Amino acid sequence: MTAGTGAPALRGWPRADGRKGIRNLVAVAYLVECAHHVAREVAAAVPDGAHVIGFPGCYPNAYAQRMLERLCTHPNVGAVLLVSLGCESFDRFALARAVAESGRPVETLVIQQAGGTRASVAAGRAWVAARAAELAAAPSVPMAVSELVVGTVCGGSDGTSGLTGNPAAGIAFDRLVAAGAACIFEETGELIGCEEIMAARAATPALADEIRASVAKAARYYATLGYGSFAAGNAEGGLTTIEEKSLGAYMKSGQSPISGLIKPGDLPPRGGLYLMDVVPDGEVRFGFPNINDNAEIAEMMASGAHCTLFVTGRGSVVGSAIAPVVKICANPETYRRLAEDMDVDAGRILEGRATLEEVGAEIFARVLETAAGRPTASEALGHREFILTYKSFDPIGPACLPV
Amino acid sequence: MTAPTDPRLLLLAPGDSVLVLRAPVEAGEEILVEGLRVRVPKALGMGQKIARRPIAAGEKVIKYGAPIGSASEAIAPGAHVHLHNLKSDYTPTHSLEEARGAFEAAQGDRKA
Repeated sequence: MTAGTGAPALRGWPRADGRKGIRNLVAVAYLVECAHHVAREVAAAVPDGAHVIGFPGCYPNAYAQRMLERLCTHPNVGAVLLVSLGCESFDRFALARAVAESGRPVETLVIQQAGGTRASVAAGRAWVAARAAELAAAPSVPMAVSELVVGTVCGGSDGTSGLTGNPAAGIAFDRLVAAGAACIFEETGELIGCEEIMAARAATPALADEIRASVAKAARYYATLGYGSFAAGNAEGGLTTIEEKSLGAYMKSGQSPISGLIKPGDLPPRGGLYLMDVVPDGEVRFGFPNINDNAEIAEMMASGAHCTLFVTGRGSVVGSAIAPVVKICANPETYRRLAEDMDVDAGRILEGRATLEEVGAEIFARVLETAAGRPTASEALGHREFILTYKSFDPIGPACLPV
Repeated sequence: MTAPTDPRLLLLAPGDSVLVLRAPVEAGEEILVEGLRVRVPKALGMGQKIARRPIAAGEKVIKYGAPIGSASEAIAPGAHVHLHNLKSDYTPTHSLEEARGAFEAAQGDRKA
């Protein structure tokens, strides 16, 4: 499909819902923190083939339920082991049913019924090893670039992020959107001050209103909490205000028209550029919208992202369970210190060693290589971070996804 | 940009009131900011901002062609623009600069 361009031919593992995975993993999902250790010990038996995700809370939460359903049926996941303590409030029955209906093998391990830690780990390891072997032998099929969903986040931003890494990621996004892929950017709390510029790019006036409203909601939410989405390290790196950080972060979105506004777990209905509204609806409860960068990566994955572009200036080293993270380093000094953790050296733009267009093309190529199976830096280093916390959302309105 | 300027300073958009450093400057270095020669009192890293023209207290500071907050005091051309003279129009900025200063001062006392 990309013959003659030098780009690798993509292959994916087909799922019953029509999507295709660029990895074929077993997800081991703990349903309360009390089951986390057992899940970790189970997954350790197959380090590259089984990834741990989960929810730590013992109280029910509709958002967490939906997130885990989406993540357990993510295209990169081929089988799912649920690990329950036995007395938590998470609805493991509904989750197991949703996974089974997706056509994936699923098993629920209840520690209180399986004889405790040692017996549960042994039973879980046997199940996971058998499924991982099946998934490793499963046939793949050709996959088009237009079938990809790619997310983008920035973390550990500094004054270079908005000059190199973010605009280069934007160029890669423009190329992906032009090829028919779905691209998702966020986060509304880091787009404060950009609402009018974004609204002007909306596919319809009604969508423009939804975008303005989502940023106003974010500004209100963070004002109530007393902190912007701005860490101390951002200031050390030369960023002074949330609106300055936002303008830099906004560059990740590229130049394409904005096709829709989605919330975590909503799947982009077709190719195009989508803004993800990550700030909860209603009054402020449960604390900060996303307590760190990995919470955002989890939301991108819940909306189907096969991989996530992560732009950093200060030098984030994180990766993710389930979907690879492509690390783009905006700051050349950081790159020299942390080269092994980075996939793309965007900071060379500042030193006159590459143009924005060249780095944008390199990011686009790196996405295709990642989709073709080449591990990213964080993936090869074994980074499997994952976090899911309490949130609450109302469903999106009809204006958010205009046809 | 018409007047001569240090090549390490980037103008991101024509109407901006700040320039951005694409390489560090040392404390005490003299740099050219649009024809004006200024001494940089303390070392500044990549990504830091320098005022391009006088900015009045309360005036919006412009970068990427858009406001990034308001000046909390009058800013002279060539001055470093950061937490000490620029405030968000949305939410206040959290930094560990004071905590770091206190920690380093305490360490200095112990060594002395």
